[in-house]
Amino acid sequence: MEPTTSPKKLQFSPAGQAEIKRLFTHYPEDRSKSAMLPILHIAQAEFGGWVSPEVQDLVAETLNIKPIEVYEVASFYTMYNLKPVGKHVLEVCRTGPCMLRGSDELTEHLERITGAKMGETSPDGVFTLKEVECLAACGFAPIVQVREKYYEQLHTPEAVDAMLNELRNLVHRPILSWEENGLPNSVQDN
Amino acid sequence: MGRKLLTEHINVEGINTFEVYRKHGGYRSVEKALKTMTPDEVTEEVKKSGLRGRGGAGFPAGMKWGFLAKPEGVPRYLVCNADESEPGTFKDRQLMSKLPHLLIEGMITGSYALGARTSYIYIRGELLYVLRILEKAIAEAYAAGFLGENILGSGYSLDLHVHPGAGAYICGEETALLESLEGKRGNPRNKPPFPAVQGLYARPTVVNNVETIAAVPIIVNEGGDEYAKIGVGKSTGTKLISACGHVNKPGIYEIELGVPVEEFIYSDEYCGGIWKGRDLKAVVAGGSSVPILPKELILKTAAGEPRLMTYESLSDGGFITGTMLGSGGFIAMDETTCIVKNTWNYSRFYHHESCGQCSPCREGTGWLEKVLHRLEHGHGSMHDIDLIVSVAKQIEGNTICPLGEAAAWPVAAAVRHFRHEFEWHVKHPKEATMPGAAYRGAAVLA
Repeated sequence: MEPTTSPKKLQFSPAGQAEIKRLFTHYPEDRSKSAMLPILHIAQAEFGGWVSPEVQDLVAETLNIKPIEVYEVASFYTMYNLKPVGKHVLEVCRTGPCMLRGSDELTEHLERITGAKMGETSPDGVFTLKEVECLAACGFAPIVQVREKYYEQLHTPEAVDAMLNELRNLVHRPILSWEENGLPNSVQDN
Repeated sequence: MGRKLLTEHINVEGINTFEVYRKHGGYRSVEKALKTMTPDEVTEEVKKSGLRGRGGAGFPAGMKWGFLAKPEGVPRYLVCNADESEPGTFKDRQLMSKLPHLLIEGMITGSYALGARTSYIYIRGELLYVLRILEKAIAEAYAAGFLGENILGSGYSLDLHVHPGAGAYICGEETALLESLEGKRGNPRNKPPFPAVQGLYARPTVVNNVETIAAVPIIVNEGGDEYAKIGVGKSTGTKLISACGHVNKPGIYEIELGVPVEEFIYSDEYCGGIWKGRDLKAVVAGGSSVPILPKELILKTAAGEPRLMTYESLSDGGFITGTMLGSGGFIAMDETTCIVKNTWNYSRFYHHESCGQCSPCREGTGWLEKVLHRLEHGHGSMHDIDLIVSVAKQIEGNTICPLGEAAAWPVAAAVRHFRHEFEWHVKHPKEATMPGAAYRGAAVLA
């Protein structure tokens, strides 16, 4: 889905609005600010993978709070991207357990193949490399997360290339309903 | 072969659905509690079980429940801490994605005991797919009459919701988690007041780890006394250990507390030894925040007793020669591991994850990262080794929340047991900065 970045007025999609309405039922009426984090997730998915100041303003308006209350939250949590990103954000875990299992080599390979340094977007705009901390999958290290999917045990260049090829052909759907189900491939048997 | 209480049915086909879970005895604890027990009787069983918080602190769960304030007419909450982020720990993710109904059952039985009418599962935002699995399972539980109004005709009603975080290790600290659940930055709160008195929305709240809550159905079904028979001393029941790093078989193992560490590492039932036929150098036994121990001290206590996987045995010797069971995030390192690089990696982590509220942590974690960076990269001095110990000491005990300690302990322990590796980096910067370089000498035992 193309981000709706018209210079006029941003709006959540009808499905996004329905999901937000559902979220509001989770919290006491006078505590709707609680829905901030899930709404920011929806906003990031609907508006091109990052939350621009305008998108954050829309979230403030949706929650009927001051924009600063959204800015201070969006800037605190690492999952919210505050700058434009490529089509796919590769969240590369580099914390201890992944390092022990080759996250340095994984990073080198990713940088070489995509042409992007860690923290940057590839020249073709397809991949953004983002360094993240422990993703709670240490037993399947090293790991890359792309949206809701975990790519695990990326020990070999072949495994990394397979992931990149899969992603090149993948179009993200916006995260609209969390009731949608489906186990990702990455839920591994133990 | 130890008993499996939590994971007995984990590999049953379709166990993530209500129907199959129910067929295997699921939701019996809800029936038993709501139909035959008072809320206080449920709490009493949890107290008798000796169950301790499985998130890392190991505080007795029943006692925590007992602290909950119960003023008339004021809502109270049970919040599940599913913000699993402690490096080395990946048990809750697996438990929730495979056995979502076990957690939901525990939430219902636990909420009944505490008198909560609305409860939340706060899950880290990265685990979006697990959130979907939980929401589907919750919908099934509503449809079957185990959630919602008047559950099983008992007159007790409960709503259960899942709430995502958005990438912040600090939100695993319970008051930061509550701030986050209220839609704010995850800054830990000053205590007191404790959440048991003023928690979510300033109402009395209990926050428990996923694994703690998942143990509640078993305790209610079998009785607290039966549960307490498993394990050793005050380490009762079973614990999920997530093994990673340089072991042959990384993964999640449910152990009866009391298994010898040596057996856990080397037996084929568990980790299956160290990979590539190498020797073990060191272990971080309970998530990255606990002190690292060299091979000799993780296998045996300073007194020469076999070290057991229990809260008490792992902490035998205090921080001089012991460590902690923590979250059960078991990170093994082989002989080729560079302890200096490893320590620098974690100091980077804690610097990144410090919320910035308290100066000793905000500044101190940055100092640790910088000084460890220069030590690792061959620009350090002997003085730097004492400097990081001094910085760690000044963080410890001077912050609102335990992230300060979590950042300080691993550094202090690394220098305590592996000082010679730091010195080697200072004395031989060329060798130490070669790719894959690591000091191969023996460790210091105390």
